Amino acid sequence: MEKFDKSKYAKIHSIESFGTVDGPGIRFVIFMQGCSLKCKYCHNRDTWNHKAGTVISVEELLNKIERYKNYILPSGGGVTVTGGEPLLQPKFLITLFSELKKRGIPTAIDTSGMVNITDDIKELLKLTDLVLLDIKHINNEKCKELVGFSNKRELEFARYLSDNNIPVWIRQVIIHGYTDDEEDLIALKEFIGTLNNVKKIELIPYHELGKFKWENLGFNYELEGVPAATSEDIGRAKKILGLK
Amino acid sequence: MDFEQWKNFKGGKWTKEINVRDFIQKNYTPYEGDDSFLAGATERTKKLWDEVLELYKKERENGGVLDADTKTPSAINAYDAGYIDKDLEQIVGLQTDAPLKRAIMPNGGIRIVEKSAESYGLKVDPETDYIYHNLRKTHNDGVFSVYTPDIRAARSSHLITGLPDGYGRGRIIGDYRRVALYGVDALIEEKKEEQNILNVDEFTEDIIREREEVSDQIKALNDLKAMAAKYGFDISVPAKNAKEAVQWLYFGYLGAIKDQNGAAMSLGRTSTFLDVYFERDLKEGLITEEEAQELMDHFVMKLRLVRFLRAPEYNSLFSGDPVWVTESIGGMGIDGRTLVTKNSFRVLHTLTTLGPAPEPNLTVLWSTRLPEGFKKFATKLSIKTSSIQYENDDLMRVTLGDDYGIACCVSAMKIGKQMQFFGARANLAKALLYAINGGRDEISGKQVAPKFEGITSEYLDYDEVMEKFDNMMDYVAKIYIKALNAIHYMHDKYSYEALEMALHDREEDILRTMACGIAGLSVVADSLSAIKYAKVKTIRNEDGLVVDYEVEGDFPKYGNDDDRVDQIAVDLVKVFLNKLQKHHTYRHSKHTLSILTITSNVVYGKNTGNTPDGRRAGEPFGPGANPLHGRDTNGSLAVLNTIAKLPYEYSEDGISYTFAITPAALGKEDDIRVKNLVNMLDGFFANSGHHINVNVFDRALLEDAMEHPENYPQLTIRVSGYAVNFIKLTREQQLDVIHRTIQDRI
Repeated sequence: MEKFDKSKYAKIHSIESFGTVDGPGIRFVIFMQGCSLKCKYCHNRDTWNHKAGTVISVEELLNKIERYKNYILPSGGGVTVTGGEPLLQPKFLITLFSELKKRGIPTAIDTSGMVNITDDIKELLKLTDLVLLDIKHINNEKCKELVGFSNKRELEFARYLSDNNIPVWIRQVIIHGYTDDEEDLIALKEFIGTLNNVKKIELIPYHELGKFKWENLGFNYELEGVPAATSEDIGRAKKILGLK
Repeated sequence: MDFEQWKNFKGGKWTKEINVRDFIQKNYTPYEGDDSFLAGATERTKKLWDEVLELYKKERENGGVLDADTKTPSAINAYDAGYIDKDLEQIVGLQTDAPLKRAIMPNGGIRIVEKSAESYGLKVDPETDYIYHNLRKTHNDGVFSVYTPDIRAARSSHLITGLPDGYGRGRIIGDYRRVALYGVDALIEEKKEEQNILNVDEFTEDIIREREEVSDQIKALNDLKAMAAKYGFDISVPAKNAKEAVQWLYFGYLGAIKDQNGAAMSLGRTSTFLDVYFERDLKEGLITEEEAQELMDHFVMKLRLVRFLRAPEYNSLFSGDPVWVTESIGGMGIDGRTLVTKNSFRVLHTLTTLGPAPEPNLTVLWSTRLPEGFKKFATKLSIKTSSIQYENDDLMRVTLGDDYGIACCVSAMKIGKQMQFFGARANLAKALLYAINGGRDEISGKQVAPKFEGITSEYLDYDEVMEKFDNMMDYVAKIYIKALNAIHYMHDKYSYEALEMALHDREEDILRTMACGIAGLSVVADSLSAIKYAKVKTIRNEDGLVVDYEVEGDFPKYGNDDDRVDQIAVDLVKVFLNKLQKHHTYRHSKHTLSILTITSNVVYGKNTGNTPDGRRAGEPFGPGANPLHGRDTNGSLAVLNTIAKLPYEYSEDGISYTFAITPAALGKEDDIRVKNLVNMLDGFFANSGHHINVNVFDRALLEDAMEHPENYPQLTIRVSGYAVNFIKLTREQQLDVIHRTIQDRI
């Protein structure tokens, strides 16, 4: 990355002023630029490259966010950072979230949790009202195959959140034939059962809508031909996980 | 006045003068609950609606028009009574003697009637044709006998477009409630009194015109009585119960649509008024909730049958046979009580009992203080049917009080106290191109505006362009008002809306507005932003005419809550209104402005060349105040923030925004979607946004409807201020809707 003060500036991909699917209420969503994982199903392939994106300051973002308070606050919403992987730019988020706290705006992070729990991360999590934790795969071997990394760190991360009582929504993308084997879902259920901070479990149906981004960037889409998850797929997974 | 029909109503000023608002305020029952009291459709309703659906089908199969009477010029009492199914209908009355049979209204113009008829394989009766060609002058004849060469040039080059010079101007709302509350005789008495007042010593042109108009109004009221008598009703006296109140009110409206083929024939604000009658009957045990809903269902069914015979050109501007039977619902009273009643729920509930439909144009007057139950009910229906538009009651109540209604899409007016001279719109995107080309048209090369030196440099300079654009707007404003003065003078003379105006207050109390409009706002804002913040190179043809532009670098784009460009749009609105205000208007009407294109954004775009923002020639403009397709990249609320900046006080005739979203993008669960939509509307209106159309549907659904229209007879979407039956849009407009408006972020 270029040189800039990482506590004041960040690289972002884009913003969404009307986020309704990344946390409660109406949310101002910041898509951070850069991610090291290689999830085959990623629908934001264009956020991976650490060198791309737009540099933006905390102040610029806060000015924007202020413009949506009339929507965010009455709806019980807030600001969600997602990406890309937001935890790759923790110093910036510490500054941003501190300011949001001062303004009474709730904060959320959407992450894979596949990071080392550094002091910065610990400090950031103290300022975080909700973590949307995307469990990539409960089975370590399958996880490596699907996203290129072991799930060891994200499970540790989940444990840390539980130990520190930080509210979590667990997310699991349902890709038929990849993430919905019965034994894996049972293992996931058991793992979640050991956590004491889980407020909600969200199953996210895999879809192909992100495919064009891979193609636009000149990459091969590895999940070509894998069908979007159906409501039956989701229903089945819910049943196994014991969800309504 | 005292009538036995007023039994159990609380008295007040309204018994001594024509004052419907006072009647409502003294007698209505605000309702703060939810929708659980509502009843479903009765068997009678289901059967009757099935018959209507069958008629719709025949109409569609017949190429869009089921039948037309091409001999009898329409008038309030021109036809015998007509029915869909007399035994089933609880509310009766049709425009002609058969359902969906269209009438001709040649007072507006005989040529347009001929064209309309021919396009559906019909021919105007030779005798009627002879009369209107040789004996009776029309509005259209009148206008073209006075149009000047500069107006004609501006018109044919599409600098000023959609003018009501060949069709009825519409956008006048009669206070149809008066028919029910007072009966027609009392209204005639009041008009006779006005005639006495107009007996003055100084018999000026104005006084003479007004006396003639009032005498036409009295005649229209007498015709209305005769029309109702054909259906077996005596409406000379007030309505005595809910059923009669609905029937009387509908007769008033029916008379108006027999008298006028106006561009928009809106209903007003009737549901809470009617609720007073429903409440009285319910209390006395005269009707049940099922019967109350049935009356509203049958009333709404009639409103869904309103048809006019119109030319294909008209349809290419405003597709889908729109009538704009706009009904304004809800809002808050100035005393702080909500004007939502149970009947506000019932009228919206017709979207369920009868299924979705573009008409009547259901318009919720939104206040952040509306009862939660009503907010949830309306938004739930929006999500289900995409058939509701929302307008900011907190904004409009300030100047218009609490008894105004919406005409057409976004034109607010005090009911019975205000009317407008509808003025379509000026194409400011084209005006900008003329500024660059010294008054020449970028497509034809013709010198349309007086010649001046255009831009000669290779790159556009912001200050230089702005100076020329400012001069060009002066010219447009001048021609525009000239044309509108001619049009409305002639419309009053040859096609006066006698019945609608009979249901208004006295002349001295009427406010008239000259309702001008802007098309291409976002194109101009983006173009000026490109010139200011990027580099725009001109590309000329061999004739020296600038026909294209090359934009080097990025620039702020309208629709992203970026002041750098949004302020350009705000200034444009203010500047253009000020320029219009410099010109004298017919009948001293008040200059107003709208940012509304309806579906005509497609046609305006088609007739406008390449623009400096990179938009290609022929591509549609954004509808109304919408950003240009694909330019908004920060999500829906960023667009709403941009739109909310446009100053309502400079654009009192309305600022229209068309919003579409997929269900998934609105939230994951049904109740969350409702909550998010309520919060979105609360936020937008708290920020002073004026209007929003809400569409919730999947792109795939629309694509399927394009391919298989027969499976979607009732699919309704909202476009720039009105609702339309999706399958009645042209393919071009369908694609425009699909590509342009859906916020489908992943």
